[in-house]
Amino acid sequence: MTYLAKSPWIIHYDASSCNGCDIEILACLTPMYDVERFGIINTGNPKHADIFVVTGSINEANREVIQNIYNQMPDPKVVVAVGICACSGGVFRECYNVAGGIDKLIPVDVYVPGCAARPESIIDGIVTALGILEEKRTKNVHSPQVTDNGRAEHPKRHAKGGAE
Amino acid sequence: MAIVFILVAPVIGGLVAGIDRKITAHMQGRVGPSIFQPFYDVGKLFEKENAVVNETQIFYAVCYIIFMAFTGALFFAGGDLLLVIFALTLAQVFLVLGAFAANSPYSYIGAERELLQIMAYEPMVILTAVGMFVATRSFNVSEIATTTIPVVLLIPGIFLGFLYTLTIKLRKSPFDISTSHHAHQEIVKGVTTEFSGPSLGLIEITHWYETVLLLGLLYLFFGWNPLLAVVAIVVLYLIEILIDNTNARVRWQFAVKSAWLVALIVGVINLAILYFLSGGVP
Amino acid sequence: MQIAQLLIFLILFPLIAAFFLLIAKKDTEREWIVKLSALAIGIVSVYLLITTYDKGTLLISAIPAEPTGLVMFILEMIIAVYILYLGITYRRWLVVGLILVQSVMMLYFELVYSHSVHIQANLFSDELSVIMALIIGIIGSLICVYSLGYMKFFHEHHPEMPDKRPWFFGILFLFLSAMFGLVFSNNIIWVYFFWEVTTLCSFLLIGYTKTDEATNNAFLALWMNLLGGIAFAGAIIWLAMFGNGMMGLDALTTSGKVIALVPAALIGFAGLTKAAQLPFSAWLVGAMVAPTPVSALLHSSTMVKAGVYILVRFAPVFDATVTGYLIAMVGALTFLIASGIAISQSNAKRVLAYSTIANLGLIVACAGIGTYEAIWAAILLIVFHAIAKSLLFLATGTVEHRIKSREIDDMNGLIVRMPKIAAMMVIGIAGMFLLPFGMLISKWAAIRAFIDAPYGFLFIIILAFGSAMTLFFWAKWMGKIITVTTDSQNIEGEVDKSEWAALLCLAGLSFITTLLFPMLSIHLLEPFLMANYGNVARLSQDNIIIMILMLFLLMLMPLSILLPKHKHRHLAPYMGGRTTTSDMRFSGSLGVQKKTVLSNYYLQDWFGEKRLKSWGIWLCSAIICIMVLSAVLKGVIL
Ligand code: SF4
Repeated sequence: MTYLAKSPWIIHYDASSCNGCDIEILACLTPMYDVERFGIINTGNPKHADIFVVTGSINEANREVIQNIYNQMPDPKVVVAVGICACSGGVFRECYNVAGGIDKLIPVDVYVPGCAARPESIIDGIVTALGILEEKRTKNVHSPQVTDNGRAEHPKRHAKGGAE
Repeated sequence: MAIVFILVAPVIGGLVAGIDRKITAHMQGRVGPSIFQPFYDVGKLFEKENAVVNETQIFYAVCYIIFMAFTGALFFAGGDLLLVIFALTLAQVFLVLGAFAANSPYSYIGAERELLQIMAYEPMVILTAVGMFVATRSFNVSEIATTTIPVVLLIPGIFLGFLYTLTIKLRKSPFDISTSHHAHQEIVKGVTTEFSGPSLGLIEITHWYETVLLLGLLYLFFGWNPLLAVVAIVVLYLIEILIDNTNARVRWQFAVKSAWLVALIVGVINLAILYFLSGGVP
Repeated sequence: MQIAQLLIFLILFPLIAAFFLLIAKKDTEREWIVKLSALAIGIVSVYLLITTYDKGTLLISAIPAEPTGLVMFILEMIIAVYILYLGITYRRWLVVGLILVQSVMMLYFELVYSHSVHIQANLFSDELSVIMALIIGIIGSLICVYSLGYMKFFHEHHPEMPDKRPWFFGILFLFLSAMFGLVFSNNIIWVYFFWEVTTLCSFLLIGYTKTDEATNNAFLALWMNLLGGIAFAGAIIWLAMFGNGMMGLDALTTSGKVIALVPAALIGFAGLTKAAQLPFSAWLVGAMVAPTPVSALLHSSTMVKAGVYILVRFAPVFDATVTGYLIAMVGALTFLIASGIAISQSNAKRVLAYSTIANLGLIVACAGIGTYEAIWAAILLIVFHAIAKSLLFLATGTVEHRIKSREIDDMNGLIVRMPKIAAMMVIGIAGMFLLPFGMLISKWAAIRAFIDAPYGFLFIIILAFGSAMTLFFWAKWMGKIITVTTDSQNIEGEVDKSEWAALLCLAGLSFITTLLFPMLSIHLLEPFLMANYGNVARLSQDNIIIMILMLFLLMLMPLSILLPKHKHRHLAPYMGGRTTTSDMRFSGSLGVQKKTVLSNYYLQDWFGEKRLKSWGIWLCSAIICIMVLSAVLKGVIL
């Protein structure tokens, strides 16, 4: 028996979301969806969190923050990208300052598509994440320490991304 | 009794926390987690990695739980009430030191606020012990608990004052200024910000010990009638949950000032009356 | 007979040492004299404990009173002339006025009454004297040893100051001698003489550096203590006039209240000035300008302890009198207000100063209440405070030399930078406010004592609030020290051996006294209380066992470092998602590098020094006026 799946604590980070997805995440906490039923708590502190929920895409201002939060979470941990922006950059993909989806920076375990992602699918995504979390624990996976090696080559990557 | 406390208190404390969360959820129109959720949480914390800012934090967390358990054991073994209170302070100081040790802004502010909180409730807690002594002529928990004197009727003012500080000690809104048991965030997570995994789990268990100890203190007010005492504890805890859910967090200035004012007013009035009644003044 | 020799040795030996220190010019000579005489004084005080053990009060009449009295009187007059001279050269007319008044009083007494005074025993020793002698003999001489290293460093780093170390060490030992005299004198005129010598010594030591600030503060200390001296002289004259020449402490404290009350009130007033109670607290805070060992000496084992010693002596007279309660009230209010002010102070030495004032307040409150339980608490407080406070002062002094600052905020991460001294400091702070250590036991005893005293609830409420504040300022200081910073290096370096020895002894003492406190209580305090009050106070067996258990738990804790441990992953502190460098720098807005600086809460708006002090001064002055007036009125009527 494992407790990990029964008590997933999340940290929610709004990368450069339009706030649409954030509102939906908040909706999950309301009496309507009540994710606390599953023991899910929004901790707001990476050191207490098991699941990193990111909305919005990467840009210059938040890449450092995303990496920092990811690195500060104790193992085992999973990342859930919520909304199409977080998955791939979405409608902002072509913007001059956007580098793309979260997986450009940190390993993402679950992608929750949608613009905005519906609370049901967010919850579904987190439940899927629980399975992965459990798997990581049994396999004793050590998450990588991500460092910002992309900053210098960023323009190139962006150009490539834009061309695709 | 002391050993029973050390073994059973976490179970009771955890259940209380679980029931608390369930009731809170119902008050907010939610279903809420299982009442065993706190155990799942702590179980999970022990499954996680113990990542720290520095090793000394673990040391302080361990000291915190050891001395809290010690304090509770002392109380339930029927020891000296003042000694219990001072030992409780010692335990609390370890938590504060753990937060200081991390050299992190959030836990640092949390530590300072925790100290402010201690400063806010300490006078009232000491006055409670003194009030009980004046009522029962004993500092011994075992004697106070088995007295035939209706303690609460003799020191109603001190009782009210104690309830006020109980809200602070249980880290309930409106006084959850240094950290909170629920999913509320204040200065990230205050004193516990920099603890993670097993050390955070230890702190959670310590809080359960503390809850049971505090409920034990409540019991002393009704010691002459165990049945009434149990009813009173349940009712009062429900009231605490209600207060928690109907009040917004206040600023620490208000917390300290109001707690002191309450202690001063009820302490002075209640003790003065008792002294005059018992002919303490020549 | 043997005991008489011991007492005389303790009084005269430091004097001889002082003389040799004055003429010793070489550093090595001085070091040897100080170390050997400190050792001798320490050993003899312990030996005194052994020989007087279980003997109760011993009166010693061996010393010829007439010639000694005359010598003392002449010395007193020389001191007066010296102070007069200083007062005139520095144009301190208040001091001049006070010393004139005092000398005239003593002259008058000497001419008119001195022949009618007959005392069998001029010296005596009982358990209280022995306890005080141990404090002076052990802690006082440890401080002297510490000073060796400190003063050497001090003068190396302050070349602008004239190096007058022979003078400095001479006065230190003179001070010890005067303190021994004070606690062993039964003749109140002798007590007065030694009292005045301590005033002079403290004046000279505070003014040692000769800066303007030091001189000002030295004169501040002088006039406040002279005021107390005048009250003392007044008490002596009163006794001569109405007390049939009853000048022995033993007779006074057991005489029944009527005759003794007025002199007790006057001497109580003198005690309040010396113990730096509000409104006279300013001199002790001002004394912080002196080199740190001086502060340590004034705060822990000498000077202020003389003030509370005399109050505890007279406590049987105060028991259940209005005078006693008013003195106790002054003490209690001082405790409350000084604890509050300590919160707002960021300078370590000032925090220590205010905490000293606060703790003395508590002792005064206990002495004023004067029941056997209260006296028990008071003596415990004297003992434990002396140890913890001297340790803290000396540790602060050593730290100050290394980090060049007295600010608590600059002591951030001391545990990394100077682990050994930081550990000493943590022990000292813990000794001041945490459970198994002595100070808290004494506070606990004080609560119990207050409960049974009439009007006790007022004192309890004050104590409850005061100790909450105490906790706040100690804990936040402790937190600063134990913060683990990642960027700092160990800069402890070579701590001077004599400093180190003194620190280590004191840290050891705080543990040992806590462990041995039941013995202390049974073998010294209880006989004393039995003899003076016919009743004893003690802690129950269970509680003592519990506390010793806690002490062992605490001592075991640091050993856990030795246990094999897994490597934990280290994370930087959470900074809202910002990455930080190891010295806690992060890039703020526009990429500007910022450094994280963490500072304690000082709550200036609530506990600001000015505001609280003016309140305290008015309140306490009013109470003191009422106290003296009521006692005098009562005395006149009766
Ligand atoms: S996915 Fe849609 S709703 Fe969500 S952040 Fe992007 S644009 Fe907004």
